[in-house]
Order: sequence, then structure tokens, then C-alpha cells
Amino acid sequence: MTNQEESTVAQGVLEIDRISKRYGEVVALRDMTFEVRAGELFGFVGSNGAGKTTAMRIALGVLAADSGEVRWNGEPITFETRRRIGYMPEERGLYPKMKVLEQLVYLAELHGLSTNDAHRSAENWIARLGVRDRRNDEVQKLSLGNQQRVQLAAALVHEPDVLVLDEPFSGLDPVAVDVMSQVLREKASAGVPVVFSSHQLDLVERLCDRIGIVRSGAMVACGTVDELRAGGETRLVVEVPDAAEGWADGVPGVRVVEVQGPRTTLELTPEADDQAVLGAALATGPVREFSRQRPSLTELFRNVVTEEGVA
Amino acid sequence: MRRLSPSRAVLLVARREFLGKVRTRSFVIGTIVIVAVLAGYVLLQAVLFDQAGRSTVGLNGQATVLAEPLKETAKAFGREVSTVDVTDPAKAEEDVRSGDLDVLITGAPDALRVVVKDNLNSELQNALDAIVKQQVLNAQLAEAGLDPAVVAKNMAAARVTVVALEPESSQQGQRLAIGLVIAALLYYSLLVYGTMVAQGVVEEKSSRVVEILLATLRPWQLLLGKVMGLGAVGLVQLVLIGGIGLVLSTTTGTIDIPGLAGGALATGVLWYLIGFFLYATVFAAAASLVSRQEELQSVLTPISTVIIIAFVVGINLLIQDPSGTTVTVLSMLPPFAPILMPGRMAIGVAPLWQVLLSIVLAIGFVAAITWLGGKIYSNAVLRTGSRVKLRDALR
Repeated sequence: MTNQEESTVAQGVLEIDRISKRYGEVVALRDMTFEVRAGELFGFVGSNGAGKTTAMRIALGVLAADSGEVRWNGEPITFETRRRIGYMPEERGLYPKMKVLEQLVYLAELHGLSTNDAHRSAENWIARLGVRDRRNDEVQKLSLGNQQRVQLAAALVHEPDVLVLDEPFSGLDPVAVDVMSQVLREKASAGVPVVFSSHQLDLVERLCDRIGIVRSGAMVACGTVDELRAGGETRLVVEVPDAAEGWADGVPGVRVVEVQGPRTTLELTPEADDQAVLGAALATGPVREFSRQRPSLTELFRNVVTEEGVA
Repeated sequence: MRRLSPSRAVLLVARREFLGKVRTRSFVIGTIVIVAVLAGYVLLQAVLFDQAGRSTVGLNGQATVLAEPLKETAKAFGREVSTVDVTDPAKAEEDVRSGDLDVLITGAPDALRVVVKDNLNSELQNALDAIVKQQVLNAQLAEAGLDPAVVAKNMAAARVTVVALEPESSQQGQRLAIGLVIAALLYYSLLVYGTMVAQGVVEEKSSRVVEILLATLRPWQLLLGKVMGLGAVGLVQLVLIGGIGLVLSTTTGTIDIPGLAGGALATGVLWYLIGFFLYATVFAAAASLVSRQEELQSVLTPISTVIIIAFVVGINLLIQDPSGTTVTVLSMLPPFAPILMPGRMAIGVAPLWQVLLSIVLAIGFVAAITWLGGKIYSNAVLRTGSRVKLRDALR
């Protein structure tokens, strides 16, 4: 939450502000709000149909919002500024019968590069993404993984100021995942706000500076992984070989989740005192392990989804 | 910030469409095949025309004096004759049997014996009859003390005066042929390149590349670039085919009216441009309603039908009577004009006011249809999935 106050300084920030979109009776987005700051990798996660793709398509202007605003550098985004976005649509989009290099040069030119710059940039990116030896092949003749690399090159070839990528990692082999991660990291380091959606939550957790979890068209949690963890229940794993069953029952705000031999997993409410737990554990005899278990993004996400089921 | 002017955007799209199509094997082979068929047709016409109009006549003995009169008289009846003197009638008869000689003539000029393989060409028959009669007449005139040359001269001067109320051009056949060829070429070009525009639109939709394109292009820029690029491909093909046809038909003498074929080609190009802009937008708008190539046929059928009707019905009417009321009216209505008007112009039956009226109507129609088609296209091109209802696309 430390950076939240700085959002008034909108330089290099992509802001999605209270975007709503309905398809007839179906509400796709409901006051969707988030921002991606300069130099930040923002992970966009949510169940299928939560509205991630719709939000991205609206940011790119290929879909019109019913209400709300998308801003770049503090100004409402225009057709001209949209040209500065690099976009990778969910359903990949390239001309199947066009050659790799020609296609990238064409897309770069359409984004305003001169023919020479377009060639230079296209050559650079196909080399960088490891598809240089396929440069004169038709896109449809490439494997899906290689098509994906070309698709990423298509998003990057005009050296965009913002990157919006819908599921860039789906269908990639581990090597390609590394290449893609590295490129995205680099772009962010260069000051480009990068937002991408993914279902690979471990990857998102590892890669992203901030994460937004979407549910039913609205942002339900947004922040760094630590911020997302804050306010939730804490889990402790304690290994006490000599303890009798129910050793921790007396500590207020503590619930036993699981007992596996000498290891006991406890869940503490925010008010509970972990030092009281340690005291109770020591009272039983030696303590071999006493650790705080940090919920992974997957668990955080599951909690949100469960809440959805309850709500 | 790098900028992209609308004109450069349209040109980039047009260039991609043009180069992408012209370099395909199907375009190159297709053009070669059409040119070959056209060349074959023209050459065949030339050969048939040549053979059909010319007879080789063998003359034997006294009949050899007929060589000059026969050539002249046959020509007057519309037949070219070349003569050879033969010395061996028996061998010459064999030549007639084998087809090397068309006719063998022996005997005295007033009692000719004519040998043919199966039947005697009627023009040649008339010519020979006339010569024989002339010989008899000359002999009788000489007996009566008159100079056959003077009589012949006086006779030649005597003729009726013909007043044609609706004079038919002597070049009617050639004009009709050119008119039909032009109409056929336009029919082919509009249908093929209109369909190509439609396929391109669906390809962009089905491959989703349209999402990337429309993040940097306005729909009208993409549509205009596509129409211009593919239209230019069609134009190149039309000019190539028309030009080669023109050169061939002129050099072989199939067409001998100066300027007619060239003029027809020029009006053909003009009408192609009008017609293509008219139909291409409609094709594109229809195609933007569907997301898969398999669904394309169903939305294109109504448009193709109009073009096919214009061609099939129009061609029949043109052959029957190019000035008839039905074909005159049809040729001025925008959807049919691009095929029928250039045909009627080549035949030479379209008055200037009709030509101008049809052009004005067509251009007005193009403006309206481009506006409407552009609207449908813009609204529908990003809606993938099931077929977009026309009503929704017009909203």
C-alpha cells in the first residue's frame, strides 16, 4: 500500500478507471479499476470468464466500454496513443500465409516505423526470440510455440511504451517461458508498464511486481503478493515430537488444521499471538521446527474463488 | 512519437494486399491460362476466317484464261480465290480428293466442268455461274455487233439506290464480339476480385489478426487499403489480358476497325474501376458478418447472383438486340451497368446521354454503398463467433 498515494503522479502509468461493460444481460466488467505503473510487471489473474480479456480489449480500443475511462500518462487514451501499446490478443492473430519477417515488418510499419527501422526492429526481435531461422517461412508452417514467439515479436516490434499481453505464456515450453519472462522483465526495467494475464499462478507470483485478482468482472484484490497475504489468516507449522494431542488447544485464536505425526499445522486469526503458541510448544518439550507458512498465490487465489462460491 | 498518416496507412495495407496476391502462384498461372485461352481463341478465329474465306482453284487447259476473271468475280461475291494452273487433270482430281485443291476446273469457258470433293461453295458457284453467263453473253453481244466491254461498263454503272432507315454498321459482327468479350472480362474480374476481397476480410477475422490491425488502423483505412490493393491486382490482370488480346487480334487481322478495340479496352478499364468499388465494398461488408471461410458462401451468394444475372441475361439481350428497351434500362442501373454498359458502348449502340447517366448513377450508388458497407464492416469486423445479424451491424 506504500505506493498507492503516488498514483496522482501519472507519468508512465496505464490507468483503468471504473470500466464497465455488458453484453446484453451478461455483465462482463463492473467498475473494473487498476493501474500499471512505469517499470512494473502487473499480473492479471482470475477464473475463466472473469473479464480479463474484455478489460484488455477495451484498453486496446478493439472493444468499447459502456462507461469508465482508460488513461495513459494521465490523459484519456486516444487512437494515436494506442499505437504505442504492444498487444498480444488471447486468440493469436497473425496472417497465416504471410512470411514471418515480412509480417513483422508490416506490423511495425503500421505502427508508424519507417521501412528501415521496421526491418531493423523485426530482425532484432526474431533473433532475440529464437525464430531467426524461420524468418522466411509462412507463419502457419511454424509450431504453435514458435508462432507464439512470433506473436510476442509482433507485440514488441514497434518498441511500444506499454505492453498488454493476454495469456502470453500459455502453450510455451520451459525454455520459451524463460525467454518470454526475461524479455518482459527487461521491458519493465526499461520503464515500460507491462500487464499480462495468466493462469500459471506460480509464474505470476515469481515474475510480477503486483498482481490483480479479478472475479466476476471486478478487481477483488490488488497489490504485491505480500500485500495480498496481509490481513489473511497466518499458518504456523510446529514440530513438537513429545507433545500430546491437543497441546495447542489452550491458546486463544488458534485452530488446528492438520496433524502429521509430530508436525502440527495451525491457523491463527490476526489477533492471535504466535509467541503464545511458541510458549505452549516449548512447554511440551523440545521444538524442532517453528515456521510461518506463507500462503502461495495459488492459495490466495483459491480463497478468493471460494469466497466467490459463498457470495 | 511516431505518427502514421492515414494515407500511408492505406497505402501500406494496399501494398501488402497487392504484393501478397500478385506473387502467388495461382495469380501467375491463372493469368497465363486466361491469356493462353484468349490467344488460342483469337488465333483459331484468324485461321478459321482465313480458311473459310479462301479457296484454291486448279485450272486446266482452256480454263486457265479464267484465272483473273474468277478472282475478281469471286471477290465481288465475298470470296478470296487463289488459282494454280494444272497440267495433269487426273492427278489434280486426286488433289481435290485429298483436300490440297478445293476446286478443279476444266473445259472450255462456255462449258466448264467443275470438280469438287463434296459440294461447291455457294459464293464460288455464283461466281462461276456469272462467269459462264458472261461468256455466253459476250459471245451473243459480239454476234449482234456490240462491244462487250462497253456493255459491261454501262451495266456496271447501273445500280439501285438504297436508303437505310436504321443503318447497320458493316462492322457489327466485330463490334458485337468485342462487346461480349469486354462484358465477359468485367464479369470475371468483378466476381473473382470481389470474392477475393471477401476472403481477405474473413481471413483476417478468422485468424484474429484484425484485432492487432484495428489497434493501429481505423476500420475504413483497412477496408480502403484492401479494396485498393486487390482492385489494382484485378486491374493489372484486366489490362494484361485486354492488351494482349488487343495486340493479337489486331496483328492477326481478326479485328480491323482502327481504334475500336483500344477504345473498348479503355472504357472497360473505366467501368472496372467503377464496378469494383461498387461491388468490393458490398463483398467486404457481407464477409465481415461471418467469422469462418465455410460460412462465406452463404452471405456472398446474393451478391454473386446479381453479377451472374447481369452477365447471363445481359449477354443474351445484347446478342438479340443491343438497343432493346430491357437491356437499355438494365445497362443504366448501377448494379448491372458495369457489365452491360461497356458492352453496349463497344457495340456502338449507347448514346452519350445514356453513358453519362449510367456513370453518374453508378458513382452516386458507389458513394451510398461505400458509406453503408463501411458502416456494416466497422461494426461487424471485430465480432467473432456466430454470424452477425445485418440489423445488429447497422446499429
